[in-house]
Amino acid sequence: MKRELALTVNGRLAKLQVEDADTLLEVLRDQLNLWSVREGCGVGACGTCTVLMDGKPVSSCLVLARRAEGREIVTVEGLAASGKLDVIQETFIEERALQCGYCTPGFILSVKALLDENSTPTDDEVREYLSGNLCRCAGYGDIVRAVRVAQEKRRAGAT
Amino acid sequence: MKKLTLTLSLKGEGRVRVKRLRDYVMADFSVVGHSVYRKDAAQKATGQVLHVGNIEMSGMLHVAVLRSPYPHAQITRIDKARAQALDGVAAVLTGADVAAMPGVDPYYGPAFRDQPILAVDRVRHIGEPVVAVAAADRRLAEDALQLVEIEYEPLPPVLDVLEAVKPESPVLHPKLRAAGTFADLAHVRAGQSSNVCYHFKLRKGDVEKAFAEADRVFEDTFRSPPAQHVPMEPHITLAYLDESQRINVWSATQTPSYVRTELSAIFGLPMNRIRIRVPYLGGGYGAKLYAKLEPLVTALALITRQPVRYALTREEEFVTITKHGVVAKLKTAVKGGAITARKCEVYWDTGAYAEIGPRIVHKSGYTSAGPYRMPNVWIDGYCVYTNKPPAGAFRGFGVPQVIWAYDSQMDIIARALGADPVEFRLRHALDEGEAFATGTPVRAFGLKPAISRAAEAIGWSKPKTASSGAKARGRGIASGVKAVLTPSISGAIVTMSADGSVNILSSTVEMGQGAETMMAQIVAEELGVAFDQVHIVQPDTDITPYDTITAGSRSTYHMGNAVRMAAAKIKSELAAVVAAKLEVNPEDLVAQGRRIFVRGSPERGMTIGEAFLAKFGSLGTTLTGEAICQTTAIPMDPETGQSEKCTEYWFPSATAVELEVDTETGQVDILKFFAVGDAGTAINPKHCEQQLLGSAITHLGLTLFEEMVFEEGRLLNGSLLDYQIPSIKDMPKEFRSIVVQVPHESGPFGAKGIGETGALTVSAAIANAIEDAVGIRIRDLPITPERILSHLAARREKEAHRKSS
Repeated sequence: MKRELALTVNGRLAKLQVEDADTLLEVLRDQLNLWSVREGCGVGACGTCTVLMDGKPVSSCLVLARRAEGREIVTVEGLAASGKLDVIQETFIEERALQCGYCTPGFILSVKALLDENSTPTDDEVREYLSGNLCRCAGYGDIVRAVRVAQEKRRAGAT
Repeated sequence: MKKLTLTLSLKGEGRVRVKRLRDYVMADFSVVGHSVYRKDAAQKATGQVLHVGNIEMSGMLHVAVLRSPYPHAQITRIDKARAQALDGVAAVLTGADVAAMPGVDPYYGPAFRDQPILAVDRVRHIGEPVVAVAAADRRLAEDALQLVEIEYEPLPPVLDVLEAVKPESPVLHPKLRAAGTFADLAHVRAGQSSNVCYHFKLRKGDVEKAFAEADRVFEDTFRSPPAQHVPMEPHITLAYLDESQRINVWSATQTPSYVRTELSAIFGLPMNRIRIRVPYLGGGYGAKLYAKLEPLVTALALITRQPVRYALTREEEFVTITKHGVVAKLKTAVKGGAITARKCEVYWDTGAYAEIGPRIVHKSGYTSAGPYRMPNVWIDGYCVYTNKPPAGAFRGFGVPQVIWAYDSQMDIIARALGADPVEFRLRHALDEGEAFATGTPVRAFGLKPAISRAAEAIGWSKPKTASSGAKARGRGIASGVKAVLTPSISGAIVTMSADGSVNILSSTVEMGQGAETMMAQIVAEELGVAFDQVHIVQPDTDITPYDTITAGSRSTYHMGNAVRMAAAKIKSELAAVVAAKLEVNPEDLVAQGRRIFVRGSPERGMTIGEAFLAKFGSLGTTLTGEAICQTTAIPMDPETGQSEKCTEYWFPSATAVELEVDTETGQVDILKFFAVGDAGTAINPKHCEQQLLGSAITHLGLTLFEEMVFEEGRLLNGSLLDYQIPSIKDMPKEFRSIVVQVPHESGPFGAKGIGETGALTVSAAIANAIEDAVGIRIRDLPITPERILSHLAARREKEAHRKSS
């Protein structure tokens, strides 16, 4: 049976009709057409469907939509809503930290959460934090470099 | 140094200026040889890139599939009445239903038509599709499957590749039909009465005589397990009938042209009644080659007359296509410190359906003895059916499995002879113009430079850093080659408008490798326009010409040549106009900076617009060039595998590693890793580095931990919770690539391609380093800590035994 769900997605209040079994991933894709949120494994093991829930990265395939009631969700679409890329997106482009690009939205959001939590992570902290996001093109070296460059840019005041 | 800037537009909502990154500049070229940004970078960073999963159509149905619970069984009864009666279910399809569709061939496959769209009478592996439901949504389709009743009568399964070749084993496919789709598979004959669906033979010299005369003979068996590609985007296909009732398919496939041919054969329709379109792929690595979901989804669209989309779950992905598990037995003769003969017996587990196995056993099998000088070679490659999910191409196309064997053994032999492994390889490595085991002279063969560069990078001639405590350090090197798939065909069309903007029509699929960027760089260079003026029209069989396949590292050479030649035709048309106007020889003209002018005198020329006006008197016109790059091979002698030209060119590879083995835990820590590959000319050096390193990390996972574990034909680790792939934590601490550039005379600007080269030599390099560190030789992949500990324990036991006796 469908029930109403109210949540904030990329800064806008959304009121949706959802089934109890609907995952956040299904709702974001099927009802809001946020195509950057993609299923990779369905069991929370690959990070491809990562979104930010109240600023923290979550695997949206594992979160029931109901659990997002009243929460604030951010997807990659929300990062560049004004038409200007987020500094992390810009840096992923400059540092070539994307190939097939399927995992990229999840990585960008995880990097954002990492740098929001810890503006000067160590190498081990970067690797640990991003170890839940998988990239089979395996551009991991470029991604680490992008984190470092984005970190410097943010320190210099870029957003 | 020319400054490159790139303006990226974001969905028309604003423009974002991205600063220039470091450039690599190649003399005389303004675009080729530069590490320009990917064409698709902004789309991908914003998540707005088109994937099949984003395409919604009104009335679109979703699919769920009931799969076989048995590795081998007869289907005795299917009752689908209750499922069909469920509200919202549009179709419930069985193999018998497909076979009953008028004019439909229910079997498909690139080598043999052995794979049913849905199982007909018999199932041959756990996870084989048996019944498909198309319904208003996926959950409803899954509910309907619960209502299908099926009865099976289990048959004895054949689960081991060495068991499967025995005459007493049950035969999975008593009758085979050759597919006849590809010229290079024309020699594959059908009609076997064993589980060996293809036997490749190579015979050179007299191996038995060499073994008899040898100082030493080395015999080793190497195993590599089946594994998963794990593209982050699982397979997905959408099919519908358009307003003229033509079949339209959007699919995540690496082979749009082949899929059209295959659907035409299955459904008995003219090719132009079928349209295949391919947007960006979320990775492929060989998993998305040939027909996968397209036959089933098309059958459902034809039956329901509604759009139908099927997206595999990750669990379904695991039973759809795998990497071949291989058992390779090598016997090598040495006399006077040199290898005199090698005999290779290689068993390829192709699973329940041949898929592209025969091509792998042929095209990669002929390299099984390695790129080394040896007068006598004997190769038997067997493509073998078993009751497991089908195996197909995987980044490297079978070559990593044979290099795992031969370059592990190269080290074993070098060590046994007291020779330096690098020197031993260099001494045996083929020189330019020398004949490969097939009799084909090697050309543009940067193998020795690759070995030398790898050795130099790892500091081979310098002493190792000392080990401490329970940790032992070792260094290892491996080398090998892959041959490009030959013959093959790439067609391309290039169109230019009077403003100098250009479209490339190509069926090469962009799956992350940077093919679009490569094509745009080559065409921009050829036509003297800016990289940003070139747009790529993505594969659409209605408009983009035939291309054999996006795989095997072949696109840069084949499609690169095709787009370059097509662009050259436009250039020569423009040059003819300018030459006539200026009364100069067209051969003296160059295209550069959006102008056509006399070489050395830029002021004597015309802009592209002026040339269009002079030719057409109008600026609304276009010029079109079309070209085909077709490589040819001389078919091998079926008994000896000999051919004067078995391939167009080679991909030499080397890997050097330094690692530490923890003798208490068995953990391997890779400290330094160098992936070395010969790319010919690097069209985009940064992308070449990414290809080398990406394919290397994937094969690091395949070397150290990836394995599909089967028990009685049932996959025990068929999800990403249980099947681990490398994460960012698995990246070696020092991890570099070295792009060797030995230009190929007929490659576009000398380029060959590099998509798999970094993958080829990883496993053997790591095993060789482990032996260097702790003195144990591992012959079975993956090299898990458990395997290392058990080898260490066995060695301790052996030593204790020796001391006590």
